[in-house]
Amino acid sequence: MAFVTPAFVLIGIFLIFPALWTIYLGLTNYRLTGLEAAQPQFVGLDNYVEVLTDPRFHNSLWVTVIFVIGSAIFGQAVLGFLLAWAMRDWQSRMRRVVESLVIVAWIIPSSVVAFLWIAFLDGRSGTLNAMIGSEVEWLISQPLLSIIVFNIWRGAAFSMLLFGAALSSLPPSYLETSRLAGASTWQQLRDIVLPSIRGHILTTLLLISLWTFNDFTPYLITGGGPRNMTELLPIYVFREALGTFQFGYGSAISTILLAINLAVALVYLRLLRDRAA
Amino acid sequence: MAESGHRVGARSVRTFIGRLAFYLFIVFVTAYFFLPMLWLVVAPFDAVPTLDVRVPELTLDNFTDVLFRNPHALRSLGNSVLLAVTTMLLVVAVATPAAYALSRVHIPGRDLLLYILLLFSSVVTGTAAMVPLFALIFNLGLIDTYVGVVLVLAGGLLPAAIFILKDFTDSTPTSYEESARVFGANSFQILRDTVLPLIRPGLAVIAVWVMVNVWSNFLMPFILLRSQDLSPAAVVMYTFYTEAGQPNLRLLATFSLLYSVPVVVMYLFVNRRYGFRFYGGIKR
Repeated sequence: MAFVTPAFVLIGIFLIFPALWTIYLGLTNYRLTGLEAAQPQFVGLDNYVEVLTDPRFHNSLWVTVIFVIGSAIFGQAVLGFLLAWAMRDWQSRMRRVVESLVIVAWIIPSSVVAFLWIAFLDGRSGTLNAMIGSEVEWLISQPLLSIIVFNIWRGAAFSMLLFGAALSSLPPSYLETSRLAGASTWQQLRDIVLPSIRGHILTTLLLISLWTFNDFTPYLITGGGPRNMTELLPIYVFREALGTFQFGYGSAISTILLAINLAVALVYLRLLRDRAA
Repeated sequence: MAESGHRVGARSVRTFIGRLAFYLFIVFVTAYFFLPMLWLVVAPFDAVPTLDVRVPELTLDNFTDVLFRNPHALRSLGNSVLLAVTTMLLVVAVATPAAYALSRVHIPGRDLLLYILLLFSSVVTGTAAMVPLFALIFNLGLIDTYVGVVLVLAGGLLPAAIFILKDFTDSTPTSYEESARVFGANSFQILRDTVLPLIRPGLAVIAVWVMVNVWSNFLMPFILLRSQDLSPAAVVMYTFYTEAGQPNLRLLATFSLLYSVPVVVMYLFVNRRYGFRFYGGIKR
């Protein structure tokens, strides 16, 4: 018992407690300073009503949905799968090179990749514009598309690695037999490969959706702008709560974020269990 | 005859198109992943770096003249080392006995509990819980201290660390422990003398994994620390390009490189020795 106590105390205080406390704080007008700091008043669901009717929250939710679907579910998962599938029997030194590039993009620190993309997309002297001979301010004219393309670049490695592991665990005889029977690549994918790695697909989608949903790196690139066009929910909660110190209100947003996270996780787990049953 | 010849022709055309599509895809992917990264490799050695990538005027002056003379830059790298090592020591010290106990004691619902904690930690750490975490650290009076940052980071990393370590511990034989017990060793001695040597690879994985995470983490030090003297490299790097005025590209380029190299090296170390067996691991 003594062995597990320190770990569970730390987890309890810094992981479980904040999640529960935020539900309570969200029901009060708690602030860090002033009268409300000493004696926060219970305000019921006022904060929640205010958040849920805030147009900025609606905008932020919508931006986040597009960001997660575009960059995680379609972007990272599809590109990661294509990479794993295309390179599955590729015997070449280039394979290591390509894989390493994708992985390095995934592991270098976010403050660095953020600046790399600011430089890459810069209007007057960015590498992208220098190559195609234009002067488009990508981060201003296409901000959401820019961070989606960025996030696909950033996170494709995980899907590639996980799908690579899944594909190599498929018995080669499956594909061999179906090819002899005259199945096209598309038929092989649809009838054999995708159904057999369904569990891996769901696990990947669960993790990359949650990570993308909670990712703060786009803040380092666009700061949520221009005109809130890239104000993802993590950026919204950061600006609202830590910008104004209205912690009751911020906690209500936090609770909503946690609830969305939980809901996403439960949906995937449900799907995973259906598969097992 | 004509029919089958036609079919063979069609098949080789299809193979050809397939190969072509494959190489086009590889070229596209390589360009997509390499081009944004190219700057990180080239600009630090360019006497006059710009935002785009071009053939550099090779020099090492950016390191000697700019980076090593900037007090913020060097101090922040030291701060990052301090944060990473402290958090790593705490996580390893706390996770090891917990993983050992959970591996040996069979309580009903243990695996479910661990699984829920793991899921919880991937959801709660970071942005969704930044408000209560900030409020908690504020009320504990730990804002602008490393203690606050280390505790928050450790709390978030512990479930996964325990999970991975338990996996290692599960696969070690219990016979040594039984004989040690027969000779009268207490639980602590058993852990130290018989279990620790066996799970050393697991400890190395956890240690590197925690350090990579802390080294790269931006959000927690960003919200929990105030003074620039305490800021780790992640935060200082950000201030280098968001401060008013023209960013100093010579400084940014060299600093980015010096700050990125350790994670890449640590990743390669873990990957070479243990492979991709703890996916979901290295990040978060």
